[in-house]
Amino acid sequence: MIETLQMPSILSESFETDTKLETKNVNAFFGKTQALRNVSLRIQKNHVVAIIGPSGCGKSTFLRCLNRMHEVAGGSMNGTILLDGEDIHENDPVNLRRRVGMVFQKPNPFPTMSIFDNVAAGIRLNGMARKNHIAETVERSLQQAALWNEVKDSLSKSGMSISGGQQQRLCIARALAVNPEVLLMDEPASALDPISTAKIEELIYELKKDYTIVIVTHNMQQAARVSDETAFFYLGEIIEFDNTKKIFTAPSIKQTEDYVTGRFG
Amino acid sequence: MKNREFRNHHWRKSKNTIMTTLSILSVLIAVIPLFLIFFYTLAQGISALNIDFFIHMPKPVGENGGGMANALMGTAILIGLGCLFGLPISIFAGIYLAEYGNNAFGQTVRFFTDVLSGVPSIVVGVVAYILVVIPMKQFSALAGGVALAILMIPTATRTTEEMIKLVPPSYREAALAIGIPQWKATLRIILPTALKGITTGILLAIARAAGETAPLLFTALGNRFWSTNIYHPMASLTVFIYDYAKAPFDDWNRQAWGAAFVLIVLIFIVNITFRYVTRGRYADNQN
Repeated sequence: MIETLQMPSILSESFETDTKLETKNVNAFFGKTQALRNVSLRIQKNHVVAIIGPSGCGKSTFLRCLNRMHEVAGGSMNGTILLDGEDIHENDPVNLRRRVGMVFQKPNPFPTMSIFDNVAAGIRLNGMARKNHIAETVERSLQQAALWNEVKDSLSKSGMSISGGQQQRLCIARALAVNPEVLLMDEPASALDPISTAKIEELIYELKKDYTIVIVTHNMQQAARVSDETAFFYLGEIIEFDNTKKIFTAPSIKQTEDYVTGRFG
Repeated sequence: MKNREFRNHHWRKSKNTIMTTLSILSVLIAVIPLFLIFFYTLAQGISALNIDFFIHMPKPVGENGGGMANALMGTAILIGLGCLFGLPISIFAGIYLAEYGNNAFGQTVRFFTDVLSGVPSIVVGVVAYILVVIPMKQFSALAGGVALAILMIPTATRTTEEMIKLVPPSYREAALAIGIPQWKATLRIILPTALKGITTGILLAIARAAGETAPLLFTALGNRFWSTNIYHPMASLTVFIYDYAKAPFDDWNRQAWGAAFVLIVLIFIVNITFRYVTRGRYADNQN
């Protein structure tokens, strides 16, 4: 029964042509523990996909499979992940991560670097930009992350000197500076206060014009507010993947309904 | 009921006072030897301490006065050589152990590094004698530098490793996640973050090497004359102290005390310096 339900109900011809990321039967492991089972889903270009589910259901693992950070932590996986139709395991993970950026749960600006250097780190250390482009890219990225106005006069200050919410937007700017196509966000607002959270959410809304976003969140309201589609994970499996509105108002599966209405999880 | 609570409260307070007193007492007992050494050397050596002592050469046997300028210079050169030979190995070994050493080979290296740190320094001196002095057929500062390097490697390697490991993994992940290759992430992101801690380890290693006598006896040997040639025997503070302390002349014994005091103060200054340099080391890493 689960097998048939892994396919989203809105699957159609147009959906297929705009696919940015696609996973097919992805299984992920930490040693002998299986964290993901047969996860298959399609993510459309310029859409925001929210991944929800109780703790330990494999949300973060799934996200980290998409930019091959899962293997950095010592995990392994099988199955296929396609980015623009290409298997991500056939290329250098370093190049993949330039195309698929990531923002982590806790803000983690580089502590020895200034705000400017933090944003510039990706392009500088990748040898991607000529000198005169660095300043432009830093400004553009900070603008995109809605942080420019707050830090434009203190670019040389330590990246650790700003507030937690600003640090998280700095990390978003840092990820955007290398000009990725997909942005993965692992509970980006869970360590932030409501005002900072609202800012990050507004930002996600803005960013989806240019990027495809996959966001893991524990906060159901957040998923409902920011995403176009929502995937509900439970015990390493996708239980339901559908239009966000449908997931939150009329889910097809009882487990999803129980979870989004707060009856378990 | 209330009375019993009150008595418990008293007993709890007393226990606290007793344990605190015991702790403070232990600390005092632990630092007594340090102060005894410090003030005894000062008392014995103070009469030898004057400007001449620092800028003059040793006088010929039988004459009073003279200084230890060559020994000061020698110690500086020997430590410099030790750092030159030992630190690159230590830092790269430390990086390897922290970043890639999570395997049998890394465990082996780690184990033997720890064993090396327990090897008596006189044995290290003999090793340097066999490795450098015998092939070159001459005692030399070079051999002394090799001996000090071997002594510095365990401390510097393990501190480098530990300090790199203290850098929260989130920084490494952040670097990798924006497409920075691992080797660049290590050199440009992780290493600068751990730098203050690594400096601490290096200075500790230097302080240890500066106080060594035994390994220098078979290697740098000592020299009563001014020499900066690293292929020749060279004076050092510790060997100077050793020679002068066992000499049958009162004036020399006094100078040995003086040199011992100078050495303690130098190490003290190195310690203070790195405490200053590394202040707030953890504040930077807090997330």
